[in-house]
Amino acid sequence: MNTVVLLKMVPDVVEELEVAADGRSLDTQFLRLILNERDNHALELALLLKERHGGKVAAVALDAPEVDEVLFAALAKGADRAIKVAGVKSGLGTRTAANCLARVLPTVDGLLPADFIVAGCQAIDDLDGMVAPLLAHEMKLPYLGLVTRVTLDSADRKATVQKEYAGGVHGEFEVLLPAVLGIQAAEKPPRYVPVAKVRAAMKSQTIEMAEVPALANGGEAAIRVLSMAKPEAAGHAEMLEGTPEQIASKIAEVLFARGVL
Amino acid sequence: MAGNLWVVAENWRGKVSDVTYELLALGRELADGLGVPLEAVVLSHQGRALTHELGAADTVLYLDHPSLAEPTAESYGAALAQLMQARKPQGVLVPLSNVSWDWVGVLPAMLGAPYLNFCKDARVVDGKIEACCLLYGGKMEARVVSGSPVILGVLPGARSAANRRMEKQPPVEEVKLESEKTPEVTFKQYIEPEQGGVDITQQSVLVSVGRGIGNQENLAVAEELAAALGGAVSGSRPVIDQGWLPLSRQVGKSGATVKPKLYLAVGISGAPEHVEGMKNSELIIAINTDPQAPIFDVAHYGIVGDATDTLSALTAELQKASARKGA
Amino acid sequence: MIPTAENFGQVPAWVVLWVVFLAAVGMFAWRVSFLIRLLLLGRADNRFDHIPARLKRVVVYVFGQLRLLEEPLIGIPHLLIFYGFVVFLFATTGMLLQGLLPGLHIPTVEQNHYLAPVVDLFAVVVLGGLAVASFRRFVLRPAGLQLTRDAATVNLLIASLMITYVAAEGFQRIAEPAGAQVWLPVGGWLANVFSTSGFLQAHASLLYQSFWWLHVLIVLSFLVFLPYSKHMHLLAAPFSVFFSQLGSPGILTAPTEQEGRLGAERLEEFTWRQLLSAFACAECGRCERACPSFQSGEPCSPRNLIHNLKQQLLLYGPAFLRKARAAADGGEPTLIGGLIAPQELWACTTCLACAERCPVFNEHLPIMVDLRRRLVERGELDPHLEEALRNLTRYGNSFGQSERKRAIWTQSLDFRPKDARKEPVEWLWYLGEYNCYHPSVQPITRSLARVLKAAGVDYGILFEAERNSGNDARRVGEEGLFEILREKNTATLKQAKFEKLFSMDPHVYNTLKNEYPALNHGQHPVLHYTELLAQLLADGRLPLTRRLSCTVTYHDPCYLGRYNQVYDAPRAVLRGLGARVKEMPRSRSRSLCCGGGGGRIWMQEIGDAESRPSESRVREAAALPGVEMLVVACPKDYVMFSDALKTAGLEGRLVVKDLSELVEEAIGPMRWSEPHEAAQVER
Repeated sequence: MNTVVLLKMVPDVVEELEVAADGRSLDTQFLRLILNERDNHALELALLLKERHGGKVAAVALDAPEVDEVLFAALAKGADRAIKVAGVKSGLGTRTAANCLARVLPTVDGLLPADFIVAGCQAIDDLDGMVAPLLAHEMKLPYLGLVTRVTLDSADRKATVQKEYAGGVHGEFEVLLPAVLGIQAAEKPPRYVPVAKVRAAMKSQTIEMAEVPALANGGEAAIRVLSMAKPEAAGHAEMLEGTPEQIASKIAEVLFARGVL
Repeated sequence: MAGNLWVVAENWRGKVSDVTYELLALGRELADGLGVPLEAVVLSHQGRALTHELGAADTVLYLDHPSLAEPTAESYGAALAQLMQARKPQGVLVPLSNVSWDWVGVLPAMLGAPYLNFCKDARVVDGKIEACCLLYGGKMEARVVSGSPVILGVLPGARSAANRRMEKQPPVEEVKLESEKTPEVTFKQYIEPEQGGVDITQQSVLVSVGRGIGNQENLAVAEELAAALGGAVSGSRPVIDQGWLPLSRQVGKSGATVKPKLYLAVGISGAPEHVEGMKNSELIIAINTDPQAPIFDVAHYGIVGDATDTLSALTAELQKASARKGA
Repeated sequence: MIPTAENFGQVPAWVVLWVVFLAAVGMFAWRVSFLIRLLLLGRADNRFDHIPARLKRVVVYVFGQLRLLEEPLIGIPHLLIFYGFVVFLFATTGMLLQGLLPGLHIPTVEQNHYLAPVVDLFAVVVLGGLAVASFRRFVLRPAGLQLTRDAATVNLLIASLMITYVAAEGFQRIAEPAGAQVWLPVGGWLANVFSTSGFLQAHASLLYQSFWWLHVLIVLSFLVFLPYSKHMHLLAAPFSVFFSQLGSPGILTAPTEQEGRLGAERLEEFTWRQLLSAFACAECGRCERACPSFQSGEPCSPRNLIHNLKQQLLLYGPAFLRKARAAADGGEPTLIGGLIAPQELWACTTCLACAERCPVFNEHLPIMVDLRRRLVERGELDPHLEEALRNLTRYGNSFGQSERKRAIWTQSLDFRPKDARKEPVEWLWYLGEYNCYHPSVQPITRSLARVLKAAGVDYGILFEAERNSGNDARRVGEEGLFEILREKNTATLKQAKFEKLFSMDPHVYNTLKNEYPALNHGQHPVLHYTELLAQLLADGRLPLTRRLSCTVTYHDPCYLGRYNQVYDAPRAVLRGLGARVKEMPRSRSRSLCCGGGGGRIWMQEIGDAESRPSESRVREAAALPGVEMLVVACPKDYVMFSDALKTAGLEGRLVVKDLSELVEEAIGPMRWSEPHEAAQVER
């Protein structure tokens, strides 16, 4: 039962995002990167699978600022290997990233064949695609997204996968292994790893390096960002002020006027 | 010759969803701007009736095949790729929702065509489609262009669906699908959420709680108010994930899309995935302690303050009002 | 006449006594050595430093019984019983020696003119003390004090010892009238009483011997029983006091041996001093009665913590000693999740009321924190707590806000505080995250900034370089997080140029003062802002223009009061401002924690609002007639009590104010354009 987890660093929106001087990208001066939240859930799902069925979990990430800490945290949580792919420009589109990964993964010793390749189902900077389905196509593997639960039937090389639809409805599917899954949530929230364990991992474990083979045909389908800006709100609420009682009576007025009451 | 503009309909469990009509509205603008026909694409199994109200398009391309009974990546993706390679449209609008998620993800790779994600708007500039895409959880907007054919993943709410659901039956062209590939993904069943006895999509008033409600005990205050207003309590994803409310009460991308007369957003910050599910409510009033919360961009009225205080005061006010009426 | 000089049939009585004596002493010694071997299971901990200070502690708290006397109802009886025990130890040793070696005619207490009446009177005094103690335990039934067989047995044994002693005295007096020269108030009186009965008088000698033997046998039984009951606190308490932590009781230390496991749960992971707590505990319940979480109905009980540790030790220690641990299951059942529920550990606010009250100086806090460290290691935390810790790790504050916003509170000041990173200052103001980020607390921070400016204090702040001091991260059990915070902060502090430090937050103050070696040892004195204000007031540097004629009460924050013994400075400031200070019943070291410490402010609120410590406290303040304000000196107190006022419905009756706000009011309008009226509107 081997799982490869793809981790991506995305801008941390806790910081105010600013547009760079070129008007088309993010200003990097105070920019911090954080692990894509859905990828964290994917890691948790992989670790849960390992706890239930044994096997190994390998975390793979493209090189980016602050990615080392994320990979060490993955190791501290129980991943068996952490692999950083170097030689990539930062700010890669998702399309190119999927391309790189599809070419790098087979070159890493002992990584493939894996039963599952999992990643978060989306990331906040996915402008030109989502990594899991794109990778699935490159590697000619079946794909399901918005996954919330995976149960394994390893004897038959199949998995039963639950995914989210709308209105709280879930769909249950059977998929042949190996498969690529885009994870919405694991069965449990991502586990907490104490700082001391991450530090211990930094001292005692290593991150493997992998290199991207040279780009075969020079790039992805061309998309071009013309400009980037903070969205202007179409409107803004009329703010009500005062004591809770005053506000309550204003709201009641509005409700009566609008015929809600 | 430049290709047509396509809108891929979203049909699920026998119904065409509203987002399709929103896309048709946008598609019509783009098609007119490009000077090409607007075609709607419907993929289903024995769902011909679904094409009846797609009159906003000039034609409907209809694919019927057993493999298209459920919208999986491999079935819908392959079918659309095949169709696009044959017909060569210059632009395809696809709905970005949980239902279409899987095939929207693989289609660009299957075609080797550019894809623009999180589109909230698009227009034609100098004969090309220019999209406006929301990034970083809605914190930034980017104007993007690309080569052709281009696939646009469009967020719900880009246009109004009103007036686009036509009584007129458009010409339908049935297209034969060539595919006998053994599926690697097999649909088993749908799992319905536990019904709490309440269908939030049918309520005219929703008191919706988010993380800002603080703790589970404060739900009682929301329930009281909902009762006083003759409505029900719903919630955003974090509240459901915590187990404070059942899944059937979730509003948002993975939950329900609601359009009540009154949507009271309590302690909800207004993340895009939630707003998607409630932005078309008639009257939106938001209460949040953070004056910068994005919910205030969507709401009609806003209050910066403590949730429980305001809710209790409102409940008291309503009880007084109804007492006056009764007296 | 020496009772053992007789014979039992063929066997000399003293031989019988020897046999019984050796058997009892043997059993006692075996059991005590077993207990000591259990203690030696624990990790090393050097408690052999500062011997004179330790001895002094024993004198004051063991022989002086100082902590017990805080509750006179039990303090006085216990003192009397304690000294009765000392006296009887002396007397009984004499008795035994005389009995074991009849030929040597060893003089006993009874034969001494001065000592005999003392011992004699003590018997009655002890009985009186026992009566009061038993009345308190079995009739008044204070919380935390249990009605156990153990307690009843001990009471009966002591009582019977006293009774047999005086009875023996009485009969001896009748049998040996010659001894009447020695005045025995009670014994003599009993002799007269017994003499009224011809039967008793006739058999006085036999009865004397019988009661003598009864007394000796009961003593020896007690000796054997002692190390099996909670009464072993007799033996362990002097040592637990001697080996107690000197200095501030709330200082935590990192575990010295890591071995890849964090915290403690297995018996051998605790220190021997922690294990000794189990034996020193007399199960008196003082700690439980003082615990704010226990009072609010939570299962958190310091008494149970120690008790369960004892149970674990006594039940599973022997197996470990026998090395019978199976490699497969690793030995004893887990303590956490077994005898101790995780909920009990998370409910603790680390207020230190338990350790402060404990007569045997047990250290509940480090045990609790070690167990929490283990829970953190296993990743089993309250989800709200997890989020706070993640934010702390990533952003250096639990609010999850950007580090760059740390100095946002300065924006509406009319002046800019000095940047201690860039220019030398006399005082470094280490703000703390609540003072920087919490919207309700920011106005208070500004109040102090204005006050200090008016007083001409040369201070600076660290702006965006400041991070959470780590006090609460450590107390929550995330020791690794504490360490990286401390490392970062120490590096920042080393680069800043300042002489002295102060903070408004007692939590920050506590850890900077006691747990940051780079600042300790007087290199950079660390003060709480109330201490600084008191100094300024005394030096006449506060430009006061008005006297506040209000009646207030002051809440002692846990981390300022119990942890660091700062009680007077805030009161001096209040009085200096002209306020009348009325004390709440639970003040100074008895102050009731607001419920926000120990990371609890980050966790889900527990229980229903009414029983929470914060509500209990505001009601206590409101119950003082004429008091208009509850004055606080900690930002978490401010937040907790402001909330509690609302939920308790006391908003009209009382206001919560920080000391800095009162000082600002007393200074009056200042020359900057942001008047304190604007600050009032913010509140």
